[in-house]
Amino acid sequence: MLRRLWERLRHGADTLPYPGGTPGFPERFRGRPVLDPAGAGGPALDLGACLFSPDEATACPEGALRFTTEHRLASRTREGLVTATGELPSPAALQGRARRLFGRSLRLRSVVAGSCGGCEAELVALGNVVFDMARFGVQFVASPRHADGIVVTGTVNPNMRAALEKTYEAVPDPRLVIAVGACAIGGGPFRAGPEAGTGVPAGIPVDLYIPGCPPHPLTILDGLLRLLGRIEDGTRGPRG
Amino acid sequence: MRVGLGLRNRRAVPWPAVPCLAVQEFRRAVIDATGAGGRVVSLFGLPDGPRETRLVAILADDARGELDALSARVSLGYPALTPECPQTHLFEREIAEQCGVVPEGHPWLKPVRRHPPDHLPPGVAPRPFDREAYPFFRIAGDELHEVGVGPVHAGVIEPGHFRFQAHGEEVLFLEIVLGYQHRGVERLLESEPAARGVLIAESIAGDSVIGHVEAWCGALEALARVRKSPRAQAVRGCALELERLASHLGDVGAIAGDIAYAPAAATLGRLRGECLNLLMLLSGNRFGRGLVRPGGVAFDVPDDMAAASVARLERVRAEFDRAADDFFANDSVQGRLDGVGVLTASGCADLGLVGPTARACAVPRDVRTDHPWGVYRYAHIPTATAQAGDASARAVVRQLEIIRSLEFLIEQLPALPRGAPRAALPDRLAPDELTVALVEGWRGEIAHVVVTDATGGIRRWKVTDPSFHNWSALAAAMPGGAISDFPLCNKSFNLSYAGHDL
Ligand code: SF4
Repeated sequence: MLRRLWERLRHGADTLPYPGGTPGFPERFRGRPVLDPAGAGGPALDLGACLFSPDEATACPEGALRFTTEHRLASRTREGLVTATGELPSPAALQGRARRLFGRSLRLRSVVAGSCGGCEAELVALGNVVFDMARFGVQFVASPRHADGIVVTGTVNPNMRAALEKTYEAVPDPRLVIAVGACAIGGGPFRAGPEAGTGVPAGIPVDLYIPGCPPHPLTILDGLLRLLGRIEDGTRGPRG
Repeated sequence: MRVGLGLRNRRAVPWPAVPCLAVQEFRRAVIDATGAGGRVVSLFGLPDGPRETRLVAILADDARGELDALSARVSLGYPALTPECPQTHLFEREIAEQCGVVPEGHPWLKPVRRHPPDHLPPGVAPRPFDREAYPFFRIAGDELHEVGVGPVHAGVIEPGHFRFQAHGEEVLFLEIVLGYQHRGVERLLESEPAARGVLIAESIAGDSVIGHVEAWCGALEALARVRKSPRAQAVRGCALELERLASHLGDVGAIAGDIAYAPAAATLGRLRGECLNLLMLLSGNRFGRGLVRPGGVAFDVPDDMAAASVARLERVRAEFDRAADDFFANDSVQGRLDGVGVLTASGCADLGLVGPTARACAVPRDVRTDHPWGVYRYAHIPTATAQAGDASARAVVRQLEIIRSLEFLIEQLPALPRGAPRAALPDRLAPDELTVALVEGWRGEIAHVVVTDATGGIRRWKVTDPSFHNWSALAAAMPGGAISDFPLCNKSFNLSYAGHDL
């Protein structure tokens, strides 16, 4: 027992100082893509459809697309993920009653609906000692009745659509919907298939889109904290 | 006596050379081979002309490192193998669902993933289909009760439905209904161009990215006759072992978390993250997406990156050793894990189980040893086994495999052989061929079986995730146990829903 305590003390804290200290991502990390040269008239980038694969960069005409190590990607709207310049507005924080209700304590129910399991692995990682999402008052709960909103991952395939709708209905109003990953936003790598869906269906309005395949845990955390108004540093330009 | 066509892992053979037997002969051959210790790697159907389906069996003789391919042509039905060969039970249900062929006399002919047939031969009208219809098994009795869980779970867990028939705390029967993660992976792999196929292969099971993309590339490379450089093979082996390391660390940590042993859960969870971060260093993604590509790897490992990785792995090793000493030597930990979810070696053989689940029943099955490919032909990793077949044994096998993967990585990374990271792939694949690509993923054997058509296009892409074999093990391990042990028992297997559901 003493040995264990000593081990614990010796080790110290593991939690990343976030927000604040930005972690160093390795050079090869594929965060926000940009077009070179950026600009008018060129093709638009859709982060909701992007799978953040190196093949997408090589498939583009000579050097046009490249990935930066910028991990902050979330948007409040679907259109907000489409950019001609590579610039992204920071998602607007909740205001008024929603902010008062959820800003310091947000309980979420996870609905996995036709995914590969990758996005859930990163949601689970948010609970570990390194990312420790609970310190911001954000937690996953065991019942939709206890939840303030749902986090959807996966393509929302025919086999899960009814379960998603029922879970959404069971969450009391006001409720948030957060779509995590390319699959939940638009079907991801499976979007051509008849047995996969194309993301959260129109009847379920999404409050926050977090792109990635899967998004890095800090990409998810950053999106959540901006939604809750816990990061308002304006580092991503005008709020929109 | 062998009646099929002998082949080896990742060799392509002419499809017309695969014997097409009468269905009775085919049955006999599969039943005899499995009776003599053989194993069904895959059993599937492909449309073969109007109203005809070709059944294909890939059998493994693990002791000899040989595979065997045989087939039979059937129409609307055939006498099921399952009554005499239990390890085909789920494959035959899958054939019924995908191809509309009825295995007559199958004792448990229920849907597998609940989707309309997607490999129906021409000229057969699909039967009416109801996604919600599922005939549950029930045990009636005044003192019995039924507990249903899922598909939406209490935590962040993939969707699946578990239905228990219980007497008080005691589980009498567990029925597992899956298919909620079904995305139609096989049809997509058959129809999408290779540039997109690789992204789908990486998304079969998000925690086994390297394992599946390795098998997917292995099949393509065999059909395209591409040779990878020794360097590419070694980097791919390192990536696969990093994936195993991360997953096993996470699994032992999750088992610790489930029995409320917080210090080990916290440390092992963090070490898992460190291994994912090493994969991110190599590939730009925490699960290694983007690294393994046909012909080799998309990213080389420069010397300084290899050295930095080894230094970090050395630290992981030191911390793991301390955490494992503490965890495995703890009496209350052992007391909690011993005897939970017991499987026997004979049950394991009957069900055709694979991976750490089989090795925890003292069945030394490991593709890296039995059917080695790539770097594993030169760098041998000893197969880890344990005896008891319970949750404790499954944790111990993972512990041993963590140690051995670390040794492998620390040895390989500083001494990567020379060579180009990636060889070019020809535009076309060999026409009319069959190949089997096996990989020992961290959950066990991943199999991709591919048949090309007369123009070198993809005629059939059959994926078998280790979870497809092993979900039956969880259902078999629960009866007699306490319902409150289910979360722990489930964690000790940690099976993939997405890999099963495709
Ligand atoms: S977005 Fe990518 S990682 Fe997430 S579920 Fe879909 S395929 Fe998997």
